[in-house]
Amino acid sequence: MVPLYMAFLVGGSLCLIGQIIMDATKANVTPGHILVGYITSGAILSGLGIYQSLVNLGGAGATVPLSGFGHLLVQGTLKAVEQRGLLGAFSGGVEAAAAGITAAIVFGYLVAVVFNPKVKE
Amino acid sequence: MTPDVDSRPFLMNKNRLLWAKYGLQGGKLMQTPDQKLKELDRQEYEELASQIRPKPKWAANLLWAFVVGGLICTLGQWMVNFMVSRGVSLADASSSASCILIFLAAMATGLGYYNQLGQRAGAGSIVPITGFANAIVASALEFKREGYIFGVGARIFSVAGPTLVFGFVVAVLVGLIKVFLTS
Amino acid sequence: MPGRKKRGQQTVVFENPPTITAWASVVGPKEGAGPWGAEFDVVMDDYIFGEKTWEIAEYKMLRGTIERALEKRNFRPEDAELLLAGDLLNQIVASNFAARDLEIPFLGLYGACSTMSEGLTVGAMLMDGGYFDRIVAAASSHHYTAERQYRFPTEQGVQKSQTAQWTATAAGAVLLESRGSGPYIKAATVGKVIDMGQTDMADMGSAMAGAAVHTIKTHLDDLNLPGNYYDLIVTGDLGKVGSAIASQLFVRDGIVNPNYSDCGVLLYDQSQAVGSGGSGCGCSACMLCGPLLKKMQNGELQKLLLVSTGALMSPIISFQGESIPSIAHAVAIEMY
Repeated sequence: MVPLYMAFLVGGSLCLIGQIIMDATKANVTPGHILVGYITSGAILSGLGIYQSLVNLGGAGATVPLSGFGHLLVQGTLKAVEQRGLLGAFSGGVEAAAAGITAAIVFGYLVAVVFNPKVKE
Repeated sequence: MTPDVDSRPFLMNKNRLLWAKYGLQGGKLMQTPDQKLKELDRQEYEELASQIRPKPKWAANLLWAFVVGGLICTLGQWMVNFMVSRGVSLADASSSASCILIFLAAMATGLGYYNQLGQRAGAGSIVPITGFANAIVASALEFKREGYIFGVGARIFSVAGPTLVFGFVVAVLVGLIKVFLTS
Repeated sequence: MPGRKKRGQQTVVFENPPTITAWASVVGPKEGAGPWGAEFDVVMDDYIFGEKTWEIAEYKMLRGTIERALEKRNFRPEDAELLLAGDLLNQIVASNFAARDLEIPFLGLYGACSTMSEGLTVGAMLMDGGYFDRIVAAASSHHYTAERQYRFPTEQGVQKSQTAQWTATAAGAVLLESRGSGPYIKAATVGKVIDMGQTDMADMGSAMAGAAVHTIKTHLDDLNLPGNYYDLIVTGDLGKVGSAIASQLFVRDGIVNPNYSDCGVLLYDQSQAVGSGGSGCGCSACMLCGPLLKKMQNGELQKLLLVSTGALMSPIISFQGESIPSIAHAVAIEMY
């Protein structure tokens, strides 16, 4: 089991990098850009076999950031390719990430139905 | 004679004339002396503006991002460790922890707290999967008044959509490369 | 041949200066809590105004402001001959809907946040030209309609850049009549669209300062006036960043000792967490139709140059990588 402090350090550092990117660039880099950037780089690093060692080191510190979601997609794909070949390349990623994607969309929809945007002072 | 056949050579000539007039060569805009002056003016302006513009509060921003992001991941790790100690597989524990974090972030967004956290934490609350959930819920909430189908239903993907697209594309590419290498 | 009433490059001077006979302003709770809260006609209790959506709240706010300005002269909407109004929303829906309810002949304006001085300029020209006798010029903005159109959903956790500004929830309306006893609109300078190559969507002040100073400089040159001729030159919504840049540009352009301020800086208190300051059509509209015209009426100000500034920003073309062009129009309002 990965100790909590390692998750804190690795997760915190990944967020720190994001903050550096946001502060060093203009405000035109939106949260959307950051999210896309993280999932893409996580997936690429995972494909190169680098991200797994970060996961071994930081546990949830590497899987909770969105780069971990990219990693999950790629690892699912690679596993499915081993079992099912070409078809696996198309089915494996979503299968592995299905829980997260479905949770986000279903909870998102339900919350939107129940709540209203709050006015900020 | 159809107008198409007749007008095409004429239009092409006209375009070429227009290009000559406005300094277009090979379809690219050439800089006129006037524009160069404007560029210089803009550079001078940018130098002035960049001296006046307040700088981001680096130290505070970085600290907040590190601590908040770290704590969210620690919460995730704590849940994973708890589930693993109860005999759940690591993969399942990890997925479940993500789902719980997504649920918590969705609730916090609906109640209006996540936005306040984000003001301070910046990337610390964007990069974790909770930020993904927040972006999804916030866009869906905002367009509730335009209806549940093309309001909530469509806008829910305004941030989630691009994120998933890039994730899927890279994952499939990596998979294809693997198929290619192993065959 | 330049027009008979045209002076210099971009300025017109009115032969029979139209009079501002009445004005009204309605603002949101945050603006009401600011330093000028008591100077506005109505401070709303909330942002929704008892309506279903923010867009409807904005148009009701604008409509109410126009009605209130007319009421001060005991006019009903049908007494007005022309409505010139604009706002920040796509298709200027708030103004269109207000005009639908009021049934005043309507010309819609879009000048981003410069709409108030654009409306006054056009209105004064039409009146001095002898076409209309009672014209209403109005503008509005609403924080929550603007945010969701131009920026992020309300609940998204986004860090506010320090250069970002707070779109004011406010509306202002001015009634122009051909006869009356001041304040008069004496002259107006129609601005050019100026692009300083700024691209940051969270820094409108830097984008607009160039346009503001260009218009002010042109106005003073065209009429051959010294920098300190006006008791107050007030820009629309440059905010702290933009007005600091403008002050530097005054020095560069040889505008000596202008009595200069900015509605975006004035509208809120230091403590109200509005970043660089207020913005939006309503920002200069409510400051004009509240504190500024009141000060003219009670003699604190004699000569005012209102320079509402607009960043002609569209998220679509900004995402295509284009810079943010800006515009500013100057309206000279004098008591005598």
